Amino acid sequence: MYNEKVMDHFEHPRNQGVIEDANGTGEVGNAQCGDIMKIYLKVEDDVITDVRFQTFGCGAAVASSSMATEMIKGKTLAEAWDLSNKAVAEALEGLPPQKLHCSVLAEESIHAAINDYRVKHGLEAWEEKGGHAEHQH
Amino acid sequence: MNTEKRLVYMDHAATTATRVEVAEAMVPYMTGHFGNPSSLYDLAKDSREAVDAARVQVAAAIGAAPKEIYFTSGGTESDNWALKGVAFAKRSKGNHIITTAVEHHAISHTCAWLEKQGFSVTYLPVDRYGMVDPEAVEAAITPETILISVMMANNEIGTIMPIAEIGTVARKHGVLFHTDAVQAAGHIPIDVQEMNIDLLSLSGHKFHGPKGTGALYVGPGVRLDPLMHGGAQERGRRAGTENVPGIVGMGMALSLAVAEMVENAERVTALRDRLAAGLLAIPETYLNGHPQKRLPNNVNVVFAYIEGESILLLLNRKGIAASTGSACSSASLEASHVLMACGLPHDVVHGSLRLTLGEETTEADVDYVVAAVAGVVQRLRDMSPLTPTELRSK
Ligand SMILES: Cc1ncc(COP(=O)(O)O)c(C=O)c1O
Ligand code: FES
Repeated sequence: MYNEKVMDHFEHPRNQGVIEDANGTGEVGNAQCGDIMKIYLKVEDDVITDVRFQTFGCGAAVASSSMATEMIKGKTLAEAWDLSNKAVAEALEGLPPQKLHCSVLAEESIHAAINDYRVKHGLEAWEEKGGHAEHQH
Repeated sequence: MNTEKRLVYMDHAATTATRVEVAEAMVPYMTGHFGNPSSLYDLAKDSREAVDAARVQVAAAIGAAPKEIYFTSGGTESDNWALKGVAFAKRSKGNHIITTAVEHHAISHTCAWLEKQGFSVTYLPVDRYGMVDPEAVEAAITPETILISVMMANNEIGTIMPIAEIGTVARKHGVLFHTDAVQAAGHIPIDVQEMNIDLLSLSGHKFHGPKGTGALYVGPGVRLDPLMHGGAQERGRRAGTENVPGIVGMGMALSLAVAEMVENAERVTALRDRLAAGLLAIPETYLNGHPQKRLPNNVNVVFAYIEGESILLLLNRKGIAASTGSACSSASLEASHVLMACGLPHDVVHGSLRLTLGEETTEADVDYVVAAVAGVVQRLRDMSPLTPTELRSK
């Protein structure tokens, strides 16, 4: 059902775990099937120097978390914010159609963690643009 | 997909391998004796006799008469036929059907369709073990009730329903009683007379027969409309050229399963209990279904804090084939309606695992699976944001 890339990230998840002294965390639940993803960020000078995740969900959810964390590591907050679930799914070389919503969870939890960092640092929370119009639920 | 050579098939409730001797017995009816049973020449006689012999075998397995057995394309067709056939034949008598909240989709989706046709359906709740109360069945009967349909054994949690008691209630009120015995046949004793069953569904591939084969038992005096319209096969009640090799295979597989039932059930039950005990030793793991009144081969558990599709994917890598009621593993993203009906919350259903054993399962298989599952559960709990600290490794 999943391609080898997805299975590789599912079986050998990158950046799984917690960051004890994270300065941005975000936890998001999936309305569709009830799964939960939690992102921990370590931000220094606007750059994500470390990122970890915890996921309660399916193979696609775990693989999306793993891939998404790899894609935002070393990026600025603005760059990380622009990571779309579509880009994550593409980097995974495709997800089954009924599993695209699992990659949305990764995008949303990264957004939650970034805004947590911003609010904690006296910055304004960024707004979700376009109401996720480009997401294929 | 799996990286280890070992294959441990623990999904016998999904389907079983056709027994080699059964497959071999089928071959002549595809090659040499290929005649259409309805034809007049001698070649057709062999096919006709083979179908009749299988009918005797199936009837004997459930305490029925051969003329009460109708061959179908499987459990789904049998269920559809029983429900739609009775509903439309009895439409002038009433429009109410009683069933349960834990039936297979072949029943529940058929009921939903009948509701759209103007019938009214009561879906009886079950207790935490998935058991329906015969008194609740009786209380649900109205003057409009034309059919009661309650499965004999549940395909997800293995709970065996009080069929004889429900049969007594149905008979007392003069209401027809259908049971989906797809998971029960060949595994637990069935007697349609003693249990007061009017209609009963069977499926060949659940007891080491071929896929796409099934039967409906229709008791004496039961009127039902055909589902398949066409030729006059099956005494005018089920049209379509008979699946002769399939029918031969199903008949033989069922008679073998019944002949070996007592011995197999004893052995498999012991393995089931060993497996359940091994899994329940994992912290925050709970058994689904009835602790005693369950199929000899069914183990269904939930592990808190983790998700079933992930469990299956990791078990597959270890060569273990199993199943789950998690929403994430279903195309519709709906959690198991059976586990929900037993009162489990949606997030708990996520962590469900069904393992169904077979005649070939060994003690070594069971021990291998227990160890593999324990490792997988720990690995996923370490990954989950929900897991309490004391259950994490390190
Ligand atoms: C209880 C029950 N009823 C009906 C069916 C459908 O049978 P079949 O696969 O032969 O159509 C199944 C099989 O999945 C089942 O477990
Ligand atoms: S997390 Fe539930 S389907 Fe992917």
